[in-house]
Amino acid sequence: MKDPGGKKGKTKRVGPPPIKSYLPPEFMIDIDDARCIRCEVCVRQCSYDARYYDAALDRIMTRDENCVNCNRCVVFCPTQATRIRYNPMTYRNNSNWRPEGIRTVLRQAETGGVILTGMGCDRDYRIYFDHLVLNASQVTNPSIDPLREPMELRTYIGRKPDVGEIDLSSGEVGHEYPNLQLEIPVMFSAMSYGSVSLNVHKALAMAAKQVGILWNTGEGGLHPSLYEYGPCTIVQCASGRFGVHSDYLNAGVAVEIKIGQGAKPGIGGHLPGEKVSKDVSETRMIPEGTDALSPAPHHDIYSIEDLAQLIHALKETTDWKRPIGVKIAAVHNSAAIASGIIRAGADYVALDGLRGATGAAPKIIRDNVGIPIELAIASVDHRLREEGIRNRGSIIASGGIRNSADVLKAIALGADAVYIATSALIALGCQVCQRCHTGKCAWGLTTTDPWLTKRLNPEIGKERLVNMLKGWAMEIKEMLGGMGINSIESIRGNRFHLRGVGLTTEELKVLNVRHAGE
Amino acid sequence: MPGGKGHIARRNNPYNQDKVSEACGLFGMMSKTGKVFDGTNAIRAITNMHDRGNGLGGGFAAYGIYPEFREYYALHVMYMSKEAKKGTEAFLPEHFKIIAGEEIPHDDKHAPPDPPQLWRYFVAPPREVLNEEPTEQDNYVVQKIMEINTKIEDAYVFSSGKDMGVFKGLGYPEDIGRFFRLHRYKGYIWVVHSRYPTNTQGWWGGAHPFSILDWTVVHNGELSSYGINRRYLEMYGYHCTMHTDSEVMAYAADLLMRKHGLPVNVVASIMAPPFWEQIDRMDEKKRNFHKYIRMTYGSLLMNGPFTIILSHSGEMIGLTDRIRLRPITAATKDDMVYLASEEAAIRVVEPNLDRAWIPMGGEPVVGKLTPKAMEEHEVSGPREAHGRKARGKDL
Repeated sequence: MKDPGGKKGKTKRVGPPPIKSYLPPEFMIDIDDARCIRCEVCVRQCSYDARYYDAALDRIMTRDENCVNCNRCVVFCPTQATRIRYNPMTYRNNSNWRPEGIRTVLRQAETGGVILTGMGCDRDYRIYFDHLVLNASQVTNPSIDPLREPMELRTYIGRKPDVGEIDLSSGEVGHEYPNLQLEIPVMFSAMSYGSVSLNVHKALAMAAKQVGILWNTGEGGLHPSLYEYGPCTIVQCASGRFGVHSDYLNAGVAVEIKIGQGAKPGIGGHLPGEKVSKDVSETRMIPEGTDALSPAPHHDIYSIEDLAQLIHALKETTDWKRPIGVKIAAVHNSAAIASGIIRAGADYVALDGLRGATGAAPKIIRDNVGIPIELAIASVDHRLREEGIRNRGSIIASGGIRNSADVLKAIALGADAVYIATSALIALGCQVCQRCHTGKCAWGLTTTDPWLTKRLNPEIGKERLVNMLKGWAMEIKEMLGGMGINSIESIRGNRFHLRGVGLTTEELKVLNVRHAGE
Repeated sequence: MPGGKGHIARRNNPYNQDKVSEACGLFGMMSKTGKVFDGTNAIRAITNMHDRGNGLGGGFAAYGIYPEFREYYALHVMYMSKEAKKGTEAFLPEHFKIIAGEEIPHDDKHAPPDPPQLWRYFVAPPREVLNEEPTEQDNYVVQKIMEINTKIEDAYVFSSGKDMGVFKGLGYPEDIGRFFRLHRYKGYIWVVHSRYPTNTQGWWGGAHPFSILDWTVVHNGELSSYGINRRYLEMYGYHCTMHTDSEVMAYAADLLMRKHGLPVNVVASIMAPPFWEQIDRMDEKKRNFHKYIRMTYGSLLMNGPFTIILSHSGEMIGLTDRIRLRPITAATKDDMVYLASEEAAIRVVEPNLDRAWIPMGGEPVVGKLTPKAMEEHEVSGPREAHGRKARGKDL
């Protein structure tokens, strides 16, 4: 048979023939021509190349297949001339093969890769926070008005003594373990430099400082310009050990060993080379433009005794003056694992639930591995109390905390404090379009492209974060006051103030909460 | 908890609520020089606060009433059935040396409806336990009482200290006082409680004072922090069978004062601590102290309205919550200390007071026997917890 590509003057094609994509655009961009003033703001704002200006036609043209529905153009269009719709093209109704499933197979058939995504699990697993309601005082004890009476949210994270030792003649107290002081029981969760921009780090650090809470560097090290925020910083040490050196470990007020993450339990991290700019490379201590791959496990931690050694080593490095925490993804036997972590000497355990977000993770992992944070908090708190070691360490919960009620419910279930990340990014403009892994974030958050990162002014970002936290704090105080409580420690682990609505007996048992009306 | 809920919980909490809540009237009087006096005035004072109760529980605690049996644990037991008495009287000789046992004298003329059988036993732990330190003896007795209360159906030990006794039942406290013929007992501390349960019918055991060893608590209030107070205590081995705030208060006092050896001022700072904004303004030493206390015992902060009178041999302590949501009045006259929900109740028994005042929230009022009187009323051996440096003077 003749070579099909063998005609004279033509080059021979190498490899398989190109594949035409069967994926229709997910979103459609509409432009109201009557409103459009051709200012080209949308063209400049779109970082996904979904728009261009055609001078000949004097019209804004679109490439719908590039649109990710990040809403940047919609928000910035001065005449509200544009909007984004879901592509009305429908697949035949099918409860099993939904559009999402079909699209995923098509994409995979075209690329042969692992489908990546950003943010947290978006599937409709039960959100237990939405099935828990809080209590309020009526008649038998008075509710307290937080605008007129003191209302305390101050929280300490770290080991507490089992027995208070006080020498009353001298007024001296017994041994004090290092603790972290929070004015609101909310902290900014780990987001590494590289996965988010320096300006995001700066906004988080400044907001944490102003509000009296802590932010977490994530696993990508700490940019030299942010060392001044050390007193409100938790530095993280993950399996890649990016940017870890003794100055870094001593730069913050605590060190967190990251074992796992709710969005991708059991697997490591992957920062694409595109995001490894000069500054990122210097902070992470890796060559510019190379992929930063965190191994799935720490290769010096294959068992709990190895973890104990690392905790000990970090305590030595930080002169036993800083709490050492361990962050794990909430998985099936979190309770036993958390118990082991506390016994290994950790001062706190951070639990990251199923809905915890990520800068990049395989979609299949994000959506199918791990357990909801509410159940993990309940079982870990219960187990630590059963074993009589709850005083030895604090519990920090993360992964799906959306508002002040979620914070309070998490604390009532047994957490000492919560970590938030998605909520913080939303406060900075994030629209949860789940494209963090592309490095093209049009809001300038999950990108290191200087043209995009300058979209976030750290000062304004800080204001937005502080406002959100102030609002949450006021709401928490109102809810506490309503329950007749004026200090956060009286709701911590106090599940009597929670009731379940529409939960099964088994779920109530795990949460150790009674059903509403009972 | 052995056998599921145990009969006490069932009886005390028929609707199986998270907890049983109640409001109340309190009164306490004490002679700091250890003079003993009968229960007449305590009955008069609580009668004056009749409306603070609803007849669903009244009770008394009196200290110094059994001088002849000073070194023995006095167990007051209520039996709701004949089998309970049989079971308990089989149990007791197995675990104690019984010095005396009798029905608690009472006046049937004033009997409230359907009283249980009420008996008292003066007992000593067996020899091998007697050789141990006093705390171990106490722990032994507590453990055995818990066994009776949770394992023997229809039996309930409601008083177990030395040289003291609790008398309580279903009815108004003035009737209970007459029923138990309290004008015949002489003590140096008398504490009374009139109960107003909000969400249960009363029963005999549910009346105050709530007691463990010689510790008694009478309490008015509702703890919004109950859930965590209880879970914290459970970590230290306490089983909250009664589901009441007062029970939690009593166990907390037992843990902090008897087991952890903390003095009353520290306990007050734990149950009703100053606010952080006050703490932040204190000098460094005090600041460190309060910070340490709140960090260590935050779970025992008693949040919500409460007033308690907490007593044990030689000491009567009044305390109200940190923002004083429940009233308490304190007063003194010569060597007498008075505590009451209402000042009028004090003035009924002593119109000419040296001083009467309303204490600040979280500020304990402590009536303590003088050292001489303490010697006279010494029960047996030091009360201090052993092997701990945390004993000390008041702050």
